Amino acid sequence: MKKNLLNKVWERHRVATLANGQDQLFIGLHLIHEVTSPQAFAMLHERELKVLYPQRTYATVDHIVPTADQERPFSDRLAEEMMQELERNTADYDIHFFNLKTDYQGIVHVIGPELGLTQPGMTIACGDSHTSTHGAFGAIAFGIGTSQIRDVLASQCLAISRPKVRRIEVGGRLQRGVYAKDIILRIIADLGVFGGIGYAYEYAGEAIEALTLEGRMTICNMSIEGGARVGYVNPDDSTMAYLKGRRFAPQGENWEQAEEYWRSVASDDKAHYDDHYQVDADSLEPMITWGITPGQAIAISQHTPQLSELDEATRATAERAYKHMHFEPGQKIVGKKIDVAFLGSCTNSRISDLREAAAIVKGHRVDSRVQAFVVPGSKQVARQAQREKLPQIFEDAGFQWRGAGCSMCLGMNPDKLQGAQLCASSSNRNFIGRQGSPTGRTLLMSPAMVAAAAIHGQVVDVREILERKGAA
Amino acid sequence: MARLLMFARSWSVKVPPEALRILEGRATPLRGSDIDTDRIIPARYLKVIRFDGLGEFAFYDERFDTQGNPRAHPLNEKRYRGSTFLVVERNFGSGSSREHAPQALMRFGFRGFIGISFAEIFQGNCLAMGLAAVTLSEKHIQVLLDNLEADPSIHLILNIASMQLQAGQERYQCEMPQSSQQSLVMGSWDSTGLLLANKPSIHQVAADLPYLNNFARK
Repeated sequence: MKKNLLNKVWERHRVATLANGQDQLFIGLHLIHEVTSPQAFAMLHERELKVLYPQRTYATVDHIVPTADQERPFSDRLAEEMMQELERNTADYDIHFFNLKTDYQGIVHVIGPELGLTQPGMTIACGDSHTSTHGAFGAIAFGIGTSQIRDVLASQCLAISRPKVRRIEVGGRLQRGVYAKDIILRIIADLGVFGGIGYAYEYAGEAIEALTLEGRMTICNMSIEGGARVGYVNPDDSTMAYLKGRRFAPQGENWEQAEEYWRSVASDDKAHYDDHYQVDADSLEPMITWGITPGQAIAISQHTPQLSELDEATRATAERAYKHMHFEPGQKIVGKKIDVAFLGSCTNSRISDLREAAAIVKGHRVDSRVQAFVVPGSKQVARQAQREKLPQIFEDAGFQWRGAGCSMCLGMNPDKLQGAQLCASSSNRNFIGRQGSPTGRTLLMSPAMVAAAAIHGQVVDVREILERKGAA
Repeated sequence: MARLLMFARSWSVKVPPEALRILEGRATPLRGSDIDTDRIIPARYLKVIRFDGLGEFAFYDERFDTQGNPRAHPLNEKRYRGSTFLVVERNFGSGSSREHAPQALMRFGFRGFIGISFAEIFQGNCLAMGLAAVTLSEKHIQVLLDNLEADPSIHLILNIASMQLQAGQERYQCEMPQSSQQSLVMGSWDSTGLLLANKPSIHQVAADLPYLNNFARK
């Protein structure tokens, strides 16, 4: 029987079938951060339980860290308290912590891959819904709640049901100015924000194979925005090349063993899938959201939908979205004046994202009305950017260059929208209130589109900018 | 070896909670699909190391304006106070995995959620906390929402074992994942003890995973 990656990895990690019919699944790598772990440690403590495999859990701090001034103690007393709690817990339970003062701190979904902790054929869990990011390497990775963090700490296992698998084949080639972010926004717009419930998404096809691992991470990252808790790409030569030489990647003879295992978990040709979906990369345009869910997205040349065009299941949310966004049906989003431009988040804060944005920004000035930020995903990303002199390009243009963290993706640190500001954002969620202001408004787009919007003070089609640059 | 000795030390697991077979009480109707966990509990209230005080912040930005004045919202309505159930529409609890969302709703007083569908992580978090999240057809949800808006005194009885929901004079057949139903009925939703009971198998699976040994040849 031909198997897909999910089934292969699942079977290797299945410990038992529980009385309720769920599987007991061994978790090979557990990542934790300051927001969702304290209560899990408290439950552990209360029950006098140990961490069963402390060497398989790694911690970092990302959600609450200020990006402007990272000196301790933080001026936000609650944030400082959370920091201390994580420091205490990781010390008490002997867990490796990439703290702020280390060279490796950053957004949990950025540092796992860049350190080589994330590898193909692993099961990975983290108390964060964007854990699906790690699937880019051919791992099965999911977001979990705090009670489940307790389970993983105590037993290195989860009680969980095996999802179905939908293979999403992205054929063809992306045009210039169209990126991984546009692929995933298209998929979510097509299949809906609840279309993936009960599924893992396997992304495949020519356009996916052509992506860098960073592009694949962007796609897998947003699987959860389409309702799919897990998203993955089969490991290939690019995956091996990315991992080689990373700090936690195997070396020498062990590398050969590793490569053999990693390649063996890839889906077999003609493996069974529960569902299929196809996307054509050739005809993709830059995508942009107009509403309050990541599924409310259109190609940049399109108009926002009429309520009558929408099915009943999405119409009420659309009505709510138009009201919140101060938009109307039948409008273009191109030309909307923005107040803030945010380049960052676990979706798009890696070095390739910063390079793409810097290429657009170079030699231009941020519009005087716009507040623009670049927040690298990790200290390592920041250091690489410095080697390439990217901060200077951004700062010369009027962007603020910040320290690593989740920043303005989620309003848990000082970086927040004010009032009803409209933000061009490379992040993953345009939910009401997500960026820290209950009336704030978010437009999701690729990093290149954010950079272009920052310079023009309004939403523009980045393809036109690139064409002009090419002609100059 | 030192680690093995550490594993061998005794651990205590709390007695499993009581089984949840019948859940009853009144219900609050909450319209709207795709209500994400950022709306259920805004991120700024996640800066806590305990779940205790979260109840008052449930749906905070929808219940209060930016000055802190109450707005029209079902959770602010006196007539629904003391509800056991929250009746919702489609894809409730989407987005962030924060358990703070069901924790806040539980601390507000809800023990059961009835909707057209739930986001997967939210539904999993509910189960881990012993809360019931059951689904009904869209048609039935609309009837239930209409009825509750007209009459907040309707008494609901959810039989978890049979998945029958009685709401006043109406009867509905609900659904939930069979594993969740089993766990609630058996009182075994707190999975830590169950997982630890299979410790020898855990170590066996771990021993067979090449990456746990950084791919050293055996």
